[in-house]
Parts: sequence; C-alpha cells; structure tokens
Amino acid sequence: MKERDILLEKYSSRVFKNRKNHVTQLELGEEPDTITANTRTIPGIVTERGCCYAGCKGVVVGPMKDVVTITHGPIGCAFYSWGTRRNKAKPSYEGEQNFIPYSFCTDMRPTDIVFGGEKKLEDGIDEIMQLFHPKCIFICSTCPIGLIGDDVQAVARRVEKKYGITAIGFSCEGYKGVSQSAGHHIANNGLMRQVIGVGDKKPKTKYSLNILGEYNIGGDGWEQERILKRIGYEIVSVFTGDGSFETMKNSHLADLNLVMCHRSINYVAQMMKTKYGIDWLKVNFIGVGATCKSLRMIAQYFDDPELIARTEEVIADELSLISDEIEYYKSKLKGKTAGIFVGGSRAHHYQLLLRDFGMETIIAGYEFAHRDDFEGRDIISQIKPDADSKNIEEITVSPDENLYRERYTAEEIEALKAKGIELDTYDGMFPDMEKGYVAVDDYNLFETDELIKSMKPDIFFSGIKDKYSIQKAGVVSRQMHSYDYSGPYAGFNGAVNFGRDITMSIYTNAWALTTPPWKVAPLLGGKIGGEANA
Amino acid sequence: MRQVAIYGKGGIGKSTTTQNLTAGLADMGKHIMIVGCDPKADSTRLVLGGLAQKTVLDTLRDEGDDIELDAVLKTGFKGIKGVESGGPEPGVGCAGRGIITSINLLEQLGAYTDDLDYVFYDVLGDVVCGGFAMPIREGKAQEIYIVCSGEMMALYAANNISKGIAKYGKTGTVRLGGLICNSRKVDREYELVEAVAKKLGTQLIHFVPRDNAVQKAEIHKKTVIDFSPEEIQAEEYRILAKKIEENKMFVVPTPMSIDELEAILMEYGIMD
Repeated sequence: MKERDILLEKYSSRVFKNRKNHVTQLELGEEPDTITANTRTIPGIVTERGCCYAGCKGVVVGPMKDVVTITHGPIGCAFYSWGTRRNKAKPSYEGEQNFIPYSFCTDMRPTDIVFGGEKKLEDGIDEIMQLFHPKCIFICSTCPIGLIGDDVQAVARRVEKKYGITAIGFSCEGYKGVSQSAGHHIANNGLMRQVIGVGDKKPKTKYSLNILGEYNIGGDGWEQERILKRIGYEIVSVFTGDGSFETMKNSHLADLNLVMCHRSINYVAQMMKTKYGIDWLKVNFIGVGATCKSLRMIAQYFDDPELIARTEEVIADELSLISDEIEYYKSKLKGKTAGIFVGGSRAHHYQLLLRDFGMETIIAGYEFAHRDDFEGRDIISQIKPDADSKNIEEITVSPDENLYRERYTAEEIEALKAKGIELDTYDGMFPDMEKGYVAVDDYNLFETDELIKSMKPDIFFSGIKDKYSIQKAGVVSRQMHSYDYSGPYAGFNGAVNFGRDITMSIYTNAWALTTPPWKVAPLLGGKIGGEANA
Repeated sequence: MRQVAIYGKGGIGKSTTTQNLTAGLADMGKHIMIVGCDPKADSTRLVLGGLAQKTVLDTLRDEGDDIELDAVLKTGFKGIKGVESGGPEPGVGCAGRGIITSINLLEQLGAYTDDLDYVFYDVLGDVVCGGFAMPIREGKAQEIYIVCSGEMMALYAANNISKGIAKYGKTGTVRLGGLICNSRKVDREYELVEAVAKKLGTQLIHFVPRDNAVQKAEIHKKTVIDFSPEEIQAEEYRILAKKIEENKMFVVPTPMSIDELEAILMEYGIMD
C-alpha cells in the first residue's frame, strides 16, 4: 500500500473525501499528476496556514525598510508580526531610514471599536509624521477593522493630501480568503497601483534587474545581490526584503524581473510585463546548481557574449571557493532523505539545494500555494475561480503609453524559451520530483507525523509550530521560516552554511539518543475499577 | 427582579410603548429601570422629562474607566430610573459591540440593585447582529415582548425576532411573553395580530388603540399617565401594565416560514 493511502485511510469519510485531493503521490505516468489547492481548510484539522493580514503585512509589505507600516487593529496582531520573520534590513546609504526594528499599531481599544477607529488612525499617523517623517506609509487592516468598516483607503488619501507623501490602505483583514495567499495578492495590487512606476530614476548600468519575491530571510537577498553585482548587474529594487519605497518606485525602469517566490509576487511580475513590457524569469538561488542555472539564464536572456563569459568566470571562481566544503558536507549527507513542509515556493527551492548534497526530498508540501505552484502555470486556465478567490480583488493593467517597451518579440521569446530560459513562466514543483514522492497541499500536524512515520526521512524542514514535536520524536528538524536563526542559505556561500547546519543537526540528533522515562516505566498506577468498593 | 426586553420593527413605537407601560407599572408602585439600547439614545426621554443625560458609552469614552453610576443613571417619573447606552454616530464603528460593552459596564457599576422590580431593555429595530441580542443572552432579560401592528412589515419583523428568541430560548431561559399591538388602524388588525400570535405559540397581550393623547404627551416630553392621567389612553397603558404584571404565559416561540406568514396575511385580506 502506498504511503498516501495509508495516511488517508485513517481519516473519517468526510475528511477523506476532502483531503484525498490535497495529497498526491507522484505517478509521473501518461496522465499528468494533479492536486487540489487554495481551497478552504477543514475546521479543526490543525492547519499550518496563516491569515490574510500575515500575508500582506507579515510577508510582502512589512519588509520595506523606509516605509512605516502601521497595523490598524488590536495590539496583538502588531506584536506577533513584529520581527518574527527575520527579514533583515539595513540602510543602503548613510542616513537612509530603516523602520524595520519598529512596530507601529493603533492599539484599538473597546471604545475605539464602538465609535470607529479612523480618528485614532489619523492621530497615530500625525504622531508618526512628527517623529519619523517617512516618505511612505502603509496601513494594514486587521479583522475588527473590516467588521466595523473603517475606511482605511480614505484615511490614506487624507494623509497623502495633508503631508504630500504616499500612503496606501490595505484591506487585508485576517479572515479574508483561505490563507495568507489572499494577503499577498492584496499587497501586490497596492504596490502596483501606488508605488511601482511613480519614480523616474533610470538605472545607470547596461543591465539592470529587480529581484521579486525575495524577502531577505537570514540575509538571503544580500548573498544574491553580492553575486549579481559581481557579474556586473545593477539591482534596481528587491521586492521586498531589505527593499525600499525609494527604489521600488523606479523598478519599472529595470530591464528584467527575476522571480524567486512565485506565489507571493507573481501578480506584480505579470502586471509589470503587461504594463511596462518587462519580462520575468523564474529563478532559484537556493542551491549551487540552481544558482548557476539561474545566473546562466539571466546572461542568456541579455544575449551578450561578454556578459555570458563574465558569468562563467564568476561561477567558476565562486565554485572554486566553496567546492571543498560542499564536497565535505556531501560526503556526510549523501543518500539521506528529507521532507519539507513550508511556504508556497520554498518547498520547491530547497529540493535543489538538498540535491547538491546528494539528498532527495521525498515529502514536499505547501501551506498556501495554488495549483500552478505544484503543476506549473499552464494549469491556470483550468483553475475555476471559487467564491473565496473571487472575493479577492483582481486588477487589470494595460500597456503604459510612454513607458511600455517590448524587450523581445513573441517569436524571440519562444526562441529563448526553446533554449531553456524559463521566461514569463513557471513549471511548478512537480517536474523536480520523482515517482513515489509525496506532495501535500495545506498540510497539517497529523499528516506531518504520519508521513514521517511511514516514509522515515532523515531530516524534516518546517516551522516553529511543529519543529519541536518532530524533533522530540527523534527526527531531526530544522525551521525553514527562520532558518533556526542561522543563514543565509541562498547562493554559493549560503549553500555552505546550509550544508554545515544540517550536517550538524543530523549528526547531533540528541532526542533520538535519549530514552524518555515513560518508555521504560509506567508513570501512572491504578486498579481495575469497582473493586475498591467490593 | 424581572428583566424584560422590548423588540419590534423600527419606528413601530417601542420606546413610546415601553415608557408609557413602565409609567403604568410605576403607578402600581413598582421600582423600574429602563436601559435604552439604541444609539439614538431616545428611550428615556418621556420618563426623564426630556433630560438628555450623558450616555454610558460617551461617558466611557470621555472619562476612561473612572465612571460614576450617577453620571449615567437618572431618576424620573415616579422613581423610574433611566440609562442610555448610546453608541456611535450613524455609519461608523459598531453599535452592537457598544450595547455589549454598555450592559457589561452597567453590571459592573452595580446598576442592577435588589430593590428593582423590573429592568426594561428598549432595543433598536431587529436582532440584526450579536450585539442587539445581548439583552436576551444568558442571565439578562428572561421575557420579551414584541411591539407590532397589523402592517405586513411589522409582522415580518415580529416573526424574525421570534426566530432569534427561539434560538436563544432553546439553550437558555429567555421566553416570549407576548405581542403588544400598537395599532395603526389597519383593517381587521386585532384579528390578524391575534392569529399571528397564535401561530407563534404566544398571545396578543394587549391591543393599544391609536390615540392622539400619546402624541400630545410626547410633545410635552411626558408619558400619557404623567401628562393626562384622566385620558382613556392612560387607562389602556395601565391595563397593559397590569397584564404584564400578571402574565404567566412564557413560551419558546414557533416562528413561521415565509410561506405560512404570507398565507395568514392573505387570509386577513392584507395582501390583496
């Protein structure tokens, strides 16, 4: 019996009927493998998903360092989204504003809920303007704001008029949509409407790039920038790790968009293509092989022999610097297996890094992905929008009269694609997996435990919610949201860090070496009921 | 202490009926408190002689936690105490949440004293959300009267409110005490409201005729019993008060489907 079937048969018929479509054991047969995703979670199943506010504030807009992001709502939403995602940031030049260490909140109290919170929000913004003078303010709504109907967009307009800055109201109330994915979309819409295209500072160098969907967890973005700059690219803007309003407003003037996390930023990538003609290239800087492949695709896109040669030169040099260490860790890790449950892109990205060390990822799951993240963008036309997805605003853009510039004709793009350049498309996670591997959508704690039991991976990557239960059960576990406070894991140097960290973990599996007392002696004593009274 | 909530379609005369009725009860020597649960804060105007006291929520907003009961609780006609919960201006905030906050606060401030025979909640319109159901939740009002008339929309609302009561009645102690018909002089009004009451499993506890004496008294910021105690209408409210004082019929209502309700309206000729 297949591991998927063993897992599913433990469910009641109602849950089984739902979950069987979200758990796929790959066949790689004639018929393409499919999965159901981006649908409502079964109540009570202990999902790992987050909320819409988490997706908008926590993931996409929160990391922009020169923007004050204010949480409009009770203090808890602000506190628990404060510094918990390790999206690092530092000023790019002396005097640049960096608000990442701060948490801003309207701290809605009972009377504010009853009488409405717009006034308090505006007062808060006045205070922020006096103390910090930001050029841009984001307002992120939490659940109660949607219930009482505070008009955050109207407040943003008033703030813009009063201070001559940019202000965006995001209606990203936590209850919207089925997961944090809704928040990504809402954030994308706001950035597209009010930030991208507002500036006019042209790139200075010949080839310029934006990195989309890179949140600089543990400094990943910095490692990518280091390599790209070494080759000679200019990085106009990063969306949004260590990113800024100041650079994002010029992002429409870059030559090419690189897309790391497809799920959280693909809307912007698509809209920039339509509005400004900027192509987007799905890259993956997680993994040595994946990084080399991505760098080569970028160079080939520009089709400049000098650039291609320089890229090879940098790759060769970088590899020579790390190959000894990579080989050492590979000797320690080869043949081991992994499971990874995280995000809407990283469960794919990390499979390639693990493969660099001779490890196979036999279980991979996403929290909030859509079908295209599993099966590839070709599937999008077949996805039927449901009531939940229709509830999230879809904006349409058209080519900008002055700024639209076609980089390549449709035929040229096809020719580039034929050469293996993944332009304006993403094939999803499935093509990088093997027959028999299990893919899970909206995984939960039960499925995590069961698949670990049946498939016995040597190491499991997930988040803070399940790390310790897995680890204490004797399976090595590492956090992929925070990197267990290590990192960066991207690029060439990141790969070495990753190899070091997981070798350390696998060879120090302390919990597997201890025998808990309840395994050898009963902790409770008792008698058969009823006898005491006889 | 009997806690009574008065519901009914907006504009049907809940506040007027509640205050005239409580004036009747006060006439009988009862100790009464009226809690206005309408953001407009006009539930105690007639018993307090138009004195617009500060609402609980306004006081909470201005004074913070440091609230004295005296600031929000005023005494009017024959010792009737009146308090207005208040709420946000139209179109902002959450009035329902306001009622919950306000009633909780009144409890904490000790407004519910043992000498009270009755507490009346005068609630705005329909049971549109959880906040407006607050007075009938666990431990609050045990009996409910619905003010209605022979007009179709008033009876629709009465049926809807019964659904809310049935919901809370199944798990709690809240019961429907009857319908009060505040007459609009519709044809066969008495028969129609009585038939609806019967269908709901309750009674038409009193038919209050339409009389200009009510409007006259209102203009003078008074109840009829206070302004013109000799009027026939004053006697009607005394009878209503007496019926409520002696009422023994408390039920979990059996709300009708829309089809059933429309059939009754048809039968009494209102829909042709």
